[in-house]
Amino acid sequence: MKSIRGYRRNYPGTQPRHLHPSYVSSLKRAPLQPFVTLPHTLSEITGPVFEPEIVDVKACDLTRQHSEEPLGERIIVSGRVLDENSKPVPRTLVEIWQANAAGRYLHSRDQHNAPLDPNFAGCGQAVTDSEGRYRFVTIRPGEYPWGNHHNAWRPAHIHFSLFGPAFATRLVTQMYFQGDPLIPFDPIFNCTDDEKARNRLISQFDWETTVPLEALGYRFDIILSGRESTPLETHTHGEKS
Amino acid sequence: MSLHATTSQTVGPFFKIGFSWLYRDNLAGPGVAGERVEIAGRILDGDGKPVPDGIVEIWQANAQGKYAHPDDPQDKPGEPGFSGYGRVPTDDEGRFRFTTIKPGRVPGPDGKLQAPHLAVSVFTRGLLRRLVTRIYFPDEPSNAEDFALSLVDPIRRGTLIAKKRTGAAGALEWNVVLQGQGETVFFDI
Repeated sequence: MKSIRGYRRNYPGTQPRHLHPSYVSSLKRAPLQPFVTLPHTLSEITGPVFEPEIVDVKACDLTRQHSEEPLGERIIVSGRVLDENSKPVPRTLVEIWQANAAGRYLHSRDQHNAPLDPNFAGCGQAVTDSEGRYRFVTIRPGEYPWGNHHNAWRPAHIHFSLFGPAFATRLVTQMYFQGDPLIPFDPIFNCTDDEKARNRLISQFDWETTVPLEALGYRFDIILSGRESTPLETHTHGEKS
Repeated sequence: MSLHATTSQTVGPFFKIGFSWLYRDNLAGPGVAGERVEIAGRILDGDGKPVPDGIVEIWQANAQGKYAHPDDPQDKPGEPGFSGYGRVPTDDEGRFRFTTIKPGRVPGPDGKLQAPHLAVSVFTRGLLRRLVTRIYFPDEPSNAEDFALSLVDPIRRGTLIAKKRTGAAGALEWNVVLQGQGETVFFDI
């Protein structure tokens, strides 16, 4: 008989409510029925495993995926992926996507009247190293208008997607930039009650990762759900006849 | 020291840029053992309108009930060529579709086996967090003793069980209703 050690559930207030009326798109898409609490089983404590080779070596440099360099301010976005127990999460896939410097996505549904950049696709991938570190070279994305309310503008942001070690640790989030004046007005940023938790989505300018004559560094650490400290009371058989 | 997991944010409408390189709609490649199933469905919003900017990810065991993951302690052989992971976007009509194999039963609480199921994540514009649900299989006697299904109000249980489609063997339908009449059961994990 093997015991299963589940992953921690969200600390109250640190994750968004599903229905957040000021984010208009949530009104018809947020579930309204109560959620069913599911104890973690083998299905939740396992999850997709990706070999580091899945990611092309050039995939972490969004400025070198085309014949020329993209327009905009070159930046380095780096940080560590840790779990809630402060342990690094090694060899996990990190995916990012973003608008170009003019605030336009390379996507057919993006109708913002701003130019596309033939040298910028806006997507990247990396796999964390043994210490949970990742590093992207990209350009600072532009702010852009959206239809949520009158004169609505999204703050500059980069989308992040992470898997972590288990189905239970999957995370999709957005990274913002220190000092962006639009942040306090953004309904998506503001969807989380806990102010400290919200503010952890804001990357910090960082001298240490700034490369002289090359690019400013921004630091963004990401925390994934960590293991419970004690095994769940439930048990599993490896095999059952 | 104890940290808190980073706050989730919506995938927004433009996730295709970041996700399409890893779209996987066929988990049942040549040589993968098991009964083939093709699961097709739609994501619908609270007005019954299709959601054209959604994405469904699945995670499942192989036909023997073994996960391709180091934390699966079961003494069963792995299966090269079967990762258990799928990722499919919805189209303009909110439709998604993937081909896989029906997984074997995996252990659940108290040493009892769970009914065959896929673990599912749903992301769309408008969802600030991922939604977690499961797909179970029709005509599967073990559904009656599955611990997760038993946690669900019997009236809503059917939202977790795929239906047979007419046509080819193994053709199944399973829809995601985000809100309102027939709302899919979502799990807090």
